[in-house]
Amino acid sequence: MEISRRDLFSAGGKLLILASVGATLEQITGAAPPSETYRMADHWWGMIIDIDKCIGCGNCVRACSTENKVPSGYFRTWVERYEVSEGNPNPHVESPNGAMDGFPPSVHPELKSFFVPKLCNQCADSPCVQVCPVGATFVSPDGAVLVDETYCLGCRYCVQACPYGCRYLHPEKETVDKCSLCYHRITKGLTTACCENCPTGARQLVDFKNQKDPVHEFLRTNKVEVLKPYMATHAKVYYKDLDGSVR
Amino acid sequence: MHRILRDSGHLIRPAIVLLAGLGLFMAIRSAVVPKGFGQYGHYRAGALDMIRQKPVSYAGQQECVLCHDEEATARAAGKHAHVACEACHGALAKHADDPSSLTPKLPDVANLCRRCHEKDPAKPKWFPQVVTAEHSSGMVCKDCHQPHNPKL
Amino acid sequence: MIPGVDGFMYPNEVELQWSLLIVLYPYITGLVAGAFILASLERVFKVEAVRPTYRLALLTALAFLLVAPLPLQLHLGHPERSLEMYLTPHRSSAMAMFGFVYLWYLTVVLLLEIWLDYRADIVRLSQTTRGFLRMIYKALTLGSDNLSPGSRIIDDKVGYTVTVIGVPSAFLLHGYVGFIFGSIKANPWWSTPLMPIVFLFSAMVSGIAAVLLLYMAAMKVKKMAIDMRCLDTIAKYLFYTFVIDFTLEMLDLIHRTYEADESFRSLDFMVHTRLWWSHVVLQIIVGTLVPLIMLAAPQLFKFAAITRRTLYLSACSITLIGIFAMRWNIVIGGQLFSKSFLGYTSYKMEFAAREGLLTAVALMLLPFVIFGVLVKLLPPWPEKEAGRA
Repeated sequence: MEISRRDLFSAGGKLLILASVGATLEQITGAAPPSETYRMADHWWGMIIDIDKCIGCGNCVRACSTENKVPSGYFRTWVERYEVSEGNPNPHVESPNGAMDGFPPSVHPELKSFFVPKLCNQCADSPCVQVCPVGATFVSPDGAVLVDETYCLGCRYCVQACPYGCRYLHPEKETVDKCSLCYHRITKGLTTACCENCPTGARQLVDFKNQKDPVHEFLRTNKVEVLKPYMATHAKVYYKDLDGSVR
Repeated sequence: MHRILRDSGHLIRPAIVLLAGLGLFMAIRSAVVPKGFGQYGHYRAGALDMIRQKPVSYAGQQECVLCHDEEATARAAGKHAHVACEACHGALAKHADDPSSLTPKLPDVANLCRRCHEKDPAKPKWFPQVVTAEHSSGMVCKDCHQPHNPKL
Repeated sequence: MIPGVDGFMYPNEVELQWSLLIVLYPYITGLVAGAFILASLERVFKVEAVRPTYRLALLTALAFLLVAPLPLQLHLGHPERSLEMYLTPHRSSAMAMFGFVYLWYLTVVLLLEIWLDYRADIVRLSQTTRGFLRMIYKALTLGSDNLSPGSRIIDDKVGYTVTVIGVPSAFLLHGYVGFIFGSIKANPWWSTPLMPIVFLFSAMVSGIAAVLLLYMAAMKVKKMAIDMRCLDTIAKYLFYTFVIDFTLEMLDLIHRTYEADESFRSLDFMVHTRLWWSHVVLQIIVGTLVPLIMLAAPQLFKFAAITRRTLYLSACSITLIGIFAMRWNIVIGGQLFSKSFLGYTSYKMEFAAREGLLTAVALMLLPFVIFGVLVKLLPPWPEKEAGRA
């Protein structure tokens, strides 16, 4: 079939108009951009948490629960309140319903106390991924530790292997569930539900591969720690000003 | 030699059973292993897309400010500049996609404000917090503080 | 306040993930491994005195091996996906080994060895029985009725090789379960290089004890005389194995207490409170020390045959309970304390549920039913022993 240059220009022009109208419409309606624009190789996700900014309001817990339809009584993220007294090697720790409704006022104003938000640490050398017998949980090429709920057997070996207690068995799906770093949001240019709703900016999503991400300056200028560093899981959630009593 | 072969001839039978089982397993395997398994690592590549396609419930602040200009300006001028709209108004992606499909309910102010601003020794000292029972002599927070810009 | 919880647990830790059925699984595979080692004592290590229990031990191993996958299947959230362990096994996971080690052991070791040893009887029975039973035996012959003396010698040689391979295979079948627990760095109650060895030796203890009991029971049922030389030899090996097992467990305990690392205070408290009855009383005192004394006594003093039989019967019975307690303390105990070392939870065992007590009891009774069928089908003691003397 003979295609003339005129035909080509005509067809190309129509396509161009269609594409730009489509793109404009997408911008207006705020629909998700096509996933082809997200390249996994350009990202390496993590999170930074500033203990001194956490007020224990529980917004993150509620937001995560709504966004990810977390079943009641189980937690993809939660907040703990620590009360540390001098001379006692064990702090008093509470997390009433994971801090879903915040905390009741503390009865020990004289002690050192603070809040610690917790979530999956998105470990790069994840022990949970190591023990999965079938490959239902994995580290994505962009650094999120995810669960394939159509492949998980529900053996719960990963739940046992996680040093941080961030996994649970979904009571209805009978597969393992955990914080996915809101993968369905971050791959669309949004931030995680917990970071979005944190009123003080205590939690912030970071992308280590992004040169302009504040994480680089943050790590350079602050004293940071990961939870249970001796586990050598290469956790990617960094805490600023984490007290030594935190478990 | 001949004798050994004759005497061990029966051993071929369990060997055949074993090999048949192995063959069956290989056949099943090639049919049943999900396509794309192992593409990025030891997992089903399709899982990545499956997870990415989960529905979004929170639209995000940058969506709200596109329409709600007045509230956004008020907020930007005050202490709540970095408090997300949906942190108080709830998950509203449905509303952002189609405003008429979901009309957000105004939040219950008293309980909402208390969750952040009730005094607690565990909260950082720089954070504004009060003992609400003694603070307002029974008045509701928004009688004095406008939530978008709460400064008095 | 959460019911059943003392102190602080991470919110997702409150509910136990691995239940009674996961206690049952290592117990069952332990019995398999232990019974097989006893069988290999005669075949490979030439302890001729235990010959009367050779076939019995193999059938015991088979009966329990057939039941072994059931508690796992009942525990899985999606048992229909368990084929994935064969299709896409994750090579870094000890659990992924299960499917292959199990199949290997079932087919190439156990079934092959039983077939080779019983072949003469199977062929004979396929010719002398009638009806449905005849069909079964004919199928079991795999179509060969070659019983020439030469072929029986080949059977013996190959069977010997299979048993030799079978010993490390049995170690692998049960040892990997120990590794499943021992390699979890997140759990200090489980994480120790001793775990596979402890599992293995306690498995051998339970397996030998089980075969001893079954032998005594079978002789009673068949109204045959108990070969005391055989019984004494089994009891002697049981004693030796038990001493090693006890030494290993005490080594672990002493090491933990001495080093007293971060986890020690929390685990120590757990053993003294939530695990007091199951660990200190049932596992250590009643389940290990008492049987050790009962088994040591005949080694040191002379006792009449009837006294020895009573001693062995009692010792083996409480040993089996003690080894079950050991599995319980490891599996359940490992989930009762918080990884924050600040709290404890409780195990709410269900009764008539999928992973409940009733299911566990049924799963423990099933191997004996299968054993009964196997003994009927493949009698360990034919009237006249043809072939191998």
